[in-house]
Amino acid sequence: MALYSDKVMDHFLKPRNLGVIENADGVGEVGNAKCGDIMKMYLKIDDDIITDVKFETFGCASAIASSSMATELIKGQRVEDAMQLTNKAVAEALDGLPAYKMHCSVLAEEAIQAALEDYKSKQEQA
Amino acid sequence: MQIYADNAATTKMSEAAIEAMTDCVRNWYGNPSSLYTIGQKAKEKLEEAREEVAAVINAGPREIIFTSGGSEADNQALLTAALNGKKQGKTHIISSAFEHHAILHTLNKLKKNGFAITLLPVHENGIVRLDELEAAIREDTCLVTIMTANNEIGTIQPIAEIGAICHKHGVLFHTDAVQAVGHLPIDVQAQNIDMLSASAHKFHGPKGVGFLYARKGIILQNLIEGGAQERGKRAGTENLPGILAMTAALKEAAAHMEQNNAHMAEIRDYLIKGLSAIPHSALNGDAKQRLAGNVNFSFEGIEGEGILLLLDQKGISASSGSACTSGALDPSHVLLAIGRIHDVAHGSLRLSIGEDITKEEADYLIAAVKEVVAHLRSFSPVWRDLTEGKKEFILK
Repeated sequence: MALYSDKVMDHFLKPRNLGVIENADGVGEVGNAKCGDIMKMYLKIDDDIITDVKFETFGCASAIASSSMATELIKGQRVEDAMQLTNKAVAEALDGLPAYKMHCSVLAEEAIQAALEDYKSKQEQA
Repeated sequence: MQIYADNAATTKMSEAAIEAMTDCVRNWYGNPSSLYTIGQKAKEKLEEAREEVAAVINAGPREIIFTSGGSEADNQALLTAALNGKKQGKTHIISSAFEHHAILHTLNKLKKNGFAITLLPVHENGIVRLDELEAAIREDTCLVTIMTANNEIGTIQPIAEIGAICHKHGVLFHTDAVQAVGHLPIDVQAQNIDMLSASAHKFHGPKGVGFLYARKGIILQNLIEGGAQERGKRAGTENLPGILAMTAALKEAAAHMEQNNAHMAEIRDYLIKGLSAIPHSALNGDAKQRLAGNVNFSFEGIEGEGILLLLDQKGISASSGSACTSGALDPSHVLLAIGRIHDVAHGSLRLSIGEDITKEEADYLIAAVKEVVAHLRSFSPVWRDLTEGKKEFILK
């Protein structure tokens, strides 16, 4: 049996929504290089809808695939709905992750939430 | 192109080894402990193999115990030295920080049982210093165990000199030579080695077999109790097919060692030169005092598992010291021991090439690694921070 599901490998080999959004409405970065995983999410939000999302990830294949999948799951969603994204949903959408890689999906959830929080705090300031 | 570049993990069995193994299972199926002709023929084969293995390392046949591999040999050597030492009130053991886990975990167990353990630093070049070894030896030191060549970064230790220091102080010297036997000339007499561990599958023999050399006069402690096989020091019916295949592989490796090493060292240096062109990369371990087949690099800003999976897509089998590839939280203890901090230890790649590697394959390897590193860096937030000057490069 392969280490990863076909879905994980697909998102690792062909990551969706890779890159950066200049002047993003929300940016979130989680993890640290010491542990070997860093995810950075960029959101473009219009009328409370996530119209675009990009990511950059330093980490293993499951970290890259988790961020890629998470961006797909929230793209086009309302901010409040995106806030409900769980790591479980990310892992399930990837047809599962090995137990010791589940933290990658947690990191993806946290990265999305950090970006949304950043958006909200920018809104409040404005 | 398919390139197997993980020969430090395991090797493909040689044709000679496969032939020896099949010949054994077909024709020499007797139990060496049985007294009838078929059994005694198997016994004869076993003792011939022992003589041949012993000859390769300049030992006597009675100094060779066949085991299930390198880990068992390491365990038996350490427990032997520890228990024999304890009888004389000696409970201090010296080793190095980057030994294989078969050594380090056994030392941890001994530590829990009251032994004092000193792990020598291996410095940036991955080589222990003789003055530090000598300074670490105490009145109650019963063993020094230092690996001949490191499994991850391939650095070769000054074994003969280490052995000489140990003998000057009356301390037993064991070396885990799993990465070295069949790849480097070993002479247990000239190199002052008291005990040595070897594993067949690292030199084109089969998995599940190896040997322990223990100098005459060392009373071995059993790990496995039972029958009187291996002069009572390792019970269990002998793995004769494995032992004969290992012997065939070892003889072949010893016969071609010089030419194999000359060829591999040339390709190794070519690979090192080629990969050094990748910006913010660094070779791990000494450039020259290393196994002819070992290349180990760290690449800043990326993580090793991705490198391996992308190389696999290109037909290349390699390994990494990243935490993600082992399921552990910390990256390789070997890379940490030579002073690589976590951030760059995660982004490491080991290529352990085989004897049949070609220049064309080396070119393919270099091009593939360059492409993969550039791809992973292209979307790494760490790499972005480094290139935008928000973070300092560790590897200049």
